[in-house]
Amino acid sequence: MNQSNTRYYYPYISPLDPCPPIVRKSYSTPPHLFMGFQPPNLEQFSTAREALFSGTLWPALFDPYPPKKGREEA
Amino acid sequence: MSTPKQVPQEYYDLLEEIQAIDFVLVELNLYLNTHPNDTEAIQQFNQCSYESRKLKKQFEKKFGPLMHFGKSYSGYSWNWDNPPWPWQV
Amino acid sequence: MWYYEKKLQYPVRVRDCNPRLAKYLIEQYGGADGELAAALRYLNQRYTIPNKVVGLLNDIGTEEFAHLEMIATMIYKLTKDATPEEMKKAGLAPHYANHDNALFYHNAAGAPFTATYIQAKGDPIADIYEDIAAEEKARATYQWLINISDDPEINDSLKFLREREVVHSQRFREAAQILIDDRGKKQFY
Repeated sequence: MNQSNTRYYYPYISPLDPCPPIVRKSYSTPPHLFMGFQPPNLEQFSTAREALFSGTLWPALFDPYPPKKGREEA
Repeated sequence: MSTPKQVPQEYYDLLEEIQAIDFVLVELNLYLNTHPNDTEAIQQFNQCSYESRKLKKQFEKKFGPLMHFGKSYSGYSWNWDNPPWPWQV
Repeated sequence: MWYYEKKLQYPVRVRDCNPRLAKYLIEQYGGADGELAAALRYLNQRYTIPNKVVGLLNDIGTEEFAHLEMIATMIYKLTKDATPEEMKKAGLAPHYANHDNALFYHNAAGAPFTATYIQAKGDPIADIYEDIAAEEKARATYQWLINISDDPEINDSLKFLREREVVHSQRFREAAQILIDDRGKKQFY
């Protein structure tokens, strides 16, 4: 199963669409969707500070979110 | 009346240490709510709880009470409601 | 009861004086999938949910209030020293007309907070599944806010809050599993 945390899809493009098309659209599939019941003794961030600034104690649950700004390339 | 005096850099540094250890406690607490028999996690929780209390004692000595309603000691004079509040710093 | 602690859960920093951003962030203050709705939903559901998941609702509900305070801090800082003219330029004249620079529980479009945003069905499965959906919707809201914000320091806090939704969703999914299995037999999968 593909476990990367972004999925892509390609909406229909009509010649009558008013805006220039965004050919490829995407959505997030963060890691908790694949984890099931969290197993014990998962690796933790090495410092409390690192956990705080990641928003979770476990790297396996960490999902960086790259902002979407412009029209994505296909 | 004048503007309340600004807190020193040390305030932010010490507070960040507390925020970090308390964050680990939140994470372990939520985890233990669904994994009540993970003894290693419980041990880590208790260890972090100890560390957190130690850091807060240190912070309070310098910057006044972190908690109200008797969870922290007051200085003379009453310094619980001294600014700044967390949303102001 | 609750005790207040004089600290934010996460250090909130704001780079720019930008009241317009506050207009968007208020979605997570008084909006349908915001932190107030989340806190009230979980703390209210906990009374009638099986014991095995009461603690989780109690604690996540409590954490949501810390998130509400973070959002409030961002909004407060972004508008603290904004003049009526600057509020107007930021599209906040309708807010200003009613509230001056005070915060209020409404969404980004100005609709006031309402209890119709949340539910307590009394059916444990229905309630926990609502909670999972609520976390995913809040996560999505944070994504859209990150996309329209160009303040890197605000985005740092928003990313923290988004990640918390991921962790909460994980815990609620485990709670659903616990309710379904009525475990006690088996600890881990």
